[in-house]
Amino acid sequence: MAALSEASGVSVRYGGVAALTDVDFAVSAGETVAIIGESGCGKSTLGRTLLLLQPPTSGTVRFRGEDLTALPARALRQRRRFMQMMFQDPYASLNARMTIGETLAEPLVVHGLATWRTARPRVAQMLARVGLDPGVTSRYPHEFSGGQRQRIAIARAVIAGPDLVVADEPLSALDITVQGQILDLLAALQAAQNLTYVFISHDLPVVRHIAGRVAVMLGGRMVEQGPPAEVFATPAHPYTQALLAAVPIPDPALARARMATAAALPAATPAPPNACPFVPRCPAARPICTESMPPLRDIAAHRRAACWLNEVPA
Amino acid sequence: MTETLLDIANLHVRFGATTAVAGACLHVSKGEAVGLVGESGSGKSATILAALRLHPPNARISATHLTLGGHDVLTLPQPALRRLRGRFAAMIFQDPLTALNPLLTIGTQIAEVLTRHRALSPADARRQAAALLTQVGITDPARRLAQYPHEFSGGMRQRAMIAAALAGDPALLIADEPTTALDVTVQAELVRLIAGLQRQRGMGLLWVTHDLALMAGIVDRVVVMYAGRVMESGPVAALYANPRHPYTIALLESLPRLDQGRGRVLAGGPPDLTRPTSGCVFAPRCSARMPRCMQAPPMFAAGDSHVACWLAAPAGAEVAA
Repeated sequence: MAALSEASGVSVRYGGVAALTDVDFAVSAGETVAIIGESGCGKSTLGRTLLLLQPPTSGTVRFRGEDLTALPARALRQRRRFMQMMFQDPYASLNARMTIGETLAEPLVVHGLATWRTARPRVAQMLARVGLDPGVTSRYPHEFSGGQRQRIAIARAVIAGPDLVVADEPLSALDITVQGQILDLLAALQAAQNLTYVFISHDLPVVRHIAGRVAVMLGGRMVEQGPPAEVFATPAHPYTQALLAAVPIPDPALARARMATAAALPAATPAPPNACPFVPRCPAARPICTESMPPLRDIAAHRRAACWLNEVPA
Repeated sequence: MTETLLDIANLHVRFGATTAVAGACLHVSKGEAVGLVGESGSGKSATILAALRLHPPNARISATHLTLGGHDVLTLPQPALRRLRGRFAAMIFQDPLTALNPLLTIGTQIAEVLTRHRALSPADARRQAAALLTQVGITDPARRLAQYPHEFSGGMRQRAMIAAALAGDPALLIADEPTTALDVTVQAELVRLIAGLQRQRGMGLLWVTHDLALMAGIVDRVVVMYAGRVMESGPVAALYANPRHPYTIALLESLPRLDQGRGRVLAGGPPDLTRPTSGCVFAPRCSARMPRCMQAPPMFAAGDSHVACWLAAPAGAEVAA
């Protein structure tokens, strides 16, 4: 099946710093794929690169089979209607000086789908769909709670009818009970509008339950991919194991037992240039791990990992 | 009887028409770790700010009892209050950049606490600061002391702030969401560090958080707040295994877990704190709502826990409001 969105051999460098190194990543229509990893792993950069909000230094980025890096600016702007971004902080991502009505109408006007006047009924309909009172159009973002603001940001992201939505930590700023409500809303919108989600998150338990596939990133590289139920049950990369071991357990006895027994994970430090980025922290590192970065290879049906442990017998 | 560090009874905090805290009680003893849990608007932050008299000037505070180390916080003169903060009770925050001065080296900031609160000479303060950095797991302390906050990573900055908080050798450490903005791997290490320091030093710990999962392994007792009121308090094991208040139950059920389901969704939102209610504040969202929830429930003892819910009322109890 052709991918809706696809990055092939993508690298992004900021000055001398490699934010992404040779990343392959593809999403099919209707899928929810989660990208997880610590801050600085490149997950947000990959999300922005998929939408060409961040141009790659090398490699190609395709959307519906078209190479976005080869498109003229005007054509790219037209494609933007079909690929949208959703951010963590609805305080920062909404324009404080625009009313809610203007905030939601703007994408329709920008993409030539409506005028400020004819957008009104669609704005009202969208507000109702995200669980807000359609009568709030003349109000400003500061008049809403964090959860309501995230609903507004979601409405803005999907109102122009995108195919792909990249959501960068859309729940992190929200209370736990509000998170559940927003997850329900995202699922309902996906069903109603046949959306494809790339869900960037550090919250493994949430990812476990909403994503059909999970991609684990580390040091700008893709290190593991697969269905979350399998990846989290039998992680093939020691880094994925370390992430899982750090997930808080809401059970006092189990949490205490783990705190007493689990080995400390060393703080992240830079690895040698060609080494696996996990080498400085890896409990299972071998000489080859410092000599060369293992390739991302199929290790089982629907599963890939980039670790020498899966390839070279000890 | 163990020594009481912080004792709050019937605390009310109002900002204009908003009632942020309505009748909260909180108690921390020497060597005890207490988790204060609540979502935004629950009043947990207003409660701890009032405990240190750090609340904004427009807040109106009243309490039947509000003592820190036996001193009446609300009437204590400023100089004595300043000695109490930092020396008796120290606080660490979610964002270390709000607590650390960007223009001063980490060493200067820790040494300042040591000279002010512990009357150490500059040379001794320097040595002690290096020892504190080592205690919080920062390697190469001599070099680190000469660095500025921006030269530290997020997790290292938290460690430096913890070192500064410990410099006054406090009896009580108040931690306000200290790991929220960090990676889970860094979170796990910091939680382990703080739990270890609390045990070694025999400090009281008040861990203020919205995260029920993260605090499970470090606290002895939990106090759950909602809409400015304490809903339930009790020993950590009982509260997680056998929560009594429907809000506590809903909060625990809403946690997504790796090994179980996605969690149940609690519909609705917290009440408008500018509109006082005579009933239970959770009643509008409660699945176990009864007619008598129109009247606010008192705190009932239920086993080792205390629960503000009519469901926990002893048989036959019809407490008049």
